[in-house]
Amino acid sequence: MMGKVTGRQHRRRIVAMALVVTTVVGTGYAATTAAGKSKAEPVELTISLFGDFGYHDLYMQYEAAHPGVTIKESIQDYAVHHSNLAKSVATNAGAADIEAIEVGFIAQFKAQPQRFVNLRQYGAGALKDRWLPWKWQQALGSKGEIVGLGTDVGSLAICYRRDLFQKAGLPTDRKKVSNLWPTWRAFIDTGKRFQKKAPKGVTFFDSGSNVYNAMIGQVNPAYYDKNGKVIVSSNPQVKAAWDLTMAGIAAGESAGFAAFSNDWNTGYKKGSFATVTCPAWMMGYIQGQAPATKGKWDIALTPGTGGNWGGSYLAVPAQSKNAAAAADLVKFLTSPASESAIFKQTGNLPSQPALLKSKAVSGFKNPFFNNAPVGQIFATSALRLKPQVIGPQQGAIQTASSNAIQRVEQKKQSPAKSWSQFLKDVKALS
Amino acid sequence: MSDRAAAAPTPVARRRSATRRRLRRVDAKVSPYLYIAPFFILFAIFGIFPLLYTAWVSLTDRNLLNPTWSFIGLQNYSELMHDSYFWNAVENTLGIWVLSTIPQLLFALVIAHVLNRSLRVRTFFRMGILLPQVTSLVAVALIFTQLFGYRYGLVNYLLNQVGIENVNWEAGRISSWIALSTMITWRWVGYNALLYLAAMQSIPDELYEASAVDGARTWRQFIHVTVPMIRPTIIFTVIISTIGGLQLFTEPFLFQPVKSGSTGGSGRQYQTVAMYLYEKAFGGTQFDFGYAAAIAWCLFLLIAVISFVNYLLIRRIRSADS
Repeated sequence: MMGKVTGRQHRRRIVAMALVVTTVVGTGYAATTAAGKSKAEPVELTISLFGDFGYHDLYMQYEAAHPGVTIKESIQDYAVHHSNLAKSVATNAGAADIEAIEVGFIAQFKAQPQRFVNLRQYGAGALKDRWLPWKWQQALGSKGEIVGLGTDVGSLAICYRRDLFQKAGLPTDRKKVSNLWPTWRAFIDTGKRFQKKAPKGVTFFDSGSNVYNAMIGQVNPAYYDKNGKVIVSSNPQVKAAWDLTMAGIAAGESAGFAAFSNDWNTGYKKGSFATVTCPAWMMGYIQGQAPATKGKWDIALTPGTGGNWGGSYLAVPAQSKNAAAAADLVKFLTSPASESAIFKQTGNLPSQPALLKSKAVSGFKNPFFNNAPVGQIFATSALRLKPQVIGPQQGAIQTASSNAIQRVEQKKQSPAKSWSQFLKDVKALS
Repeated sequence: MSDRAAAAPTPVARRRSATRRRLRRVDAKVSPYLYIAPFFILFAIFGIFPLLYTAWVSLTDRNLLNPTWSFIGLQNYSELMHDSYFWNAVENTLGIWVLSTIPQLLFALVIAHVLNRSLRVRTFFRMGILLPQVTSLVAVALIFTQLFGYRYGLVNYLLNQVGIENVNWEAGRISSWIALSTMITWRWVGYNALLYLAAMQSIPDELYEASAVDGARTWRQFIHVTVPMIRPTIIFTVIISTIGGLQLFTEPFLFQPVKSGSTGGSGRQYQTVAMYLYEKAFGGTQFDFGYAAAIAWCLFLLIAVISFVNYLLIRRIRSADS
């Protein structure tokens, strides 16, 4: 069903593609013959993403294998992309054939499974075992419809500054550092130790909400129970994560930056914080923000049990006129061979256990991070993470919690007041 | 016409000319409407229709992603009246509007007055004041956001030089309003100054000469000749900046360190009404369209009321002929 191509055909068509193709065919991407040679109707598939997913080479490869298919990609900003998708889905017009959906939005969209092609119709059901169970589960509709197939996951680790740890009298070796914080409480306590001898103006972590979200990501249930009811106010684990975060802020461990703000970006360059909760894709972000800090960073395991921040799905809106072709391309782009190629190119971590355990991923080291075996660290985190129920207002609740933590960091409210306003905000959402 | 009627008095011709006359009458009556029709047709499609449709949506509990919805009457409005975040947004909008519009128009008047006199390289300055206007709004917002950064912003760096501690511009209520007003004023002063300048140039020199004979100096001329003479332009700019100021969105939106929620800071300290509308409709995962539509209508009414009050106030500026 999926296109079939031999390496030779590719080389003939696009010489530059040769290397990638060989890799892909070599890693076992389904190669058969028929589709490649038959003259199909010319079809243009549109694909709408936020940020660069690293698909460019894969498009060329797919087009070469499927004469008549051309792929047109459009990339928008994260927030704009998702609100546009909501508009297209609501009006049944304007969506691309393939739409990327980030994990923060997947619950909202999968609640409308009739708006998307059930990929089970195109044989995706048989591929279930490829994915991490929680990754697979998160994109299922209420009746088991497959709304999207997983691309990457944002497994968490802790990126830390070796030089700052040394100055504060903490160990710098990544094994020893990982052992400093088996739990989040130990992490916050390490922060207290750090703060005692920390260089002036340097804090232990960047932002309270990043630490808080990492803690929330590990508990189950968190914001929603199994029946999809919001349980923020009654869940002791949420309050525990909040209290621990507040303890860290009170001990002066937080720089109080909002993630992705200008000050946060500058904070990387200036080394204003010693640790940051680090999904796989953050490695690229740090390198981009602060190239001069090369070698000063290292990566340790998260406290607790793994974690996840970000990662996406590819879905085919029901309004697509080329649903079959689009579904085929989705399967191609999320195939093990493709995800493996993307990992090598961009560092986006595959969402498939077989790949996570493979040599290609686990053997990968990153020189920017003191040659840390990042593939192995992130893969461990992804494999350890337990699935969690996420609900439609997950994103809005997260915004409310980040604001609440910021209010305390900015000394505008006491933790107690801010917490009660957070609960009020959450109540208004549900 | 009269020639032809006299030359061809046959019944057919008379009938024909009667038809023509009638057509002409119709033409004279109808065609003006046809000429202005394109505007009104477009306005109906892109102005009136969305307005009415929004009014209809505001009476429902429509969610963008949910295909089922029902008519709920004025429930959205009554909820809105008790929504403290809405009133907070109204307060922020008015606050930022006052802080930006008043200095903006005063600066613009003064700048226009200066540019209206004979300066060296006058064209250079006249073009120069318009430069902020042609700068991309997004670029302006991003750069000002950096300037007003807490830890590493240029404004705080300068304040440090004179011994003032870092101000967390974004976190405070008044401080964030000041930062936003600076951004808005910087961008719009030139535009308003240019409008004033154009109006000032149409003031006859005789008035200035006469007032000079009466002993009026520059400042008195400005107050008693210039300002009354350009009153219509002032009314226009006040109303336009009122509408713009109350719809304020892009600058505060881009000023947020975290944009997806559109909450205007951690304590909603600079969330404007338009931002609150956006938060409900598209921010994060809410997609609460009915409620957002109700906010849109309240914003519309607010603008209408304030524009009218403005108009009444500005009308009291003494007119030139009184």
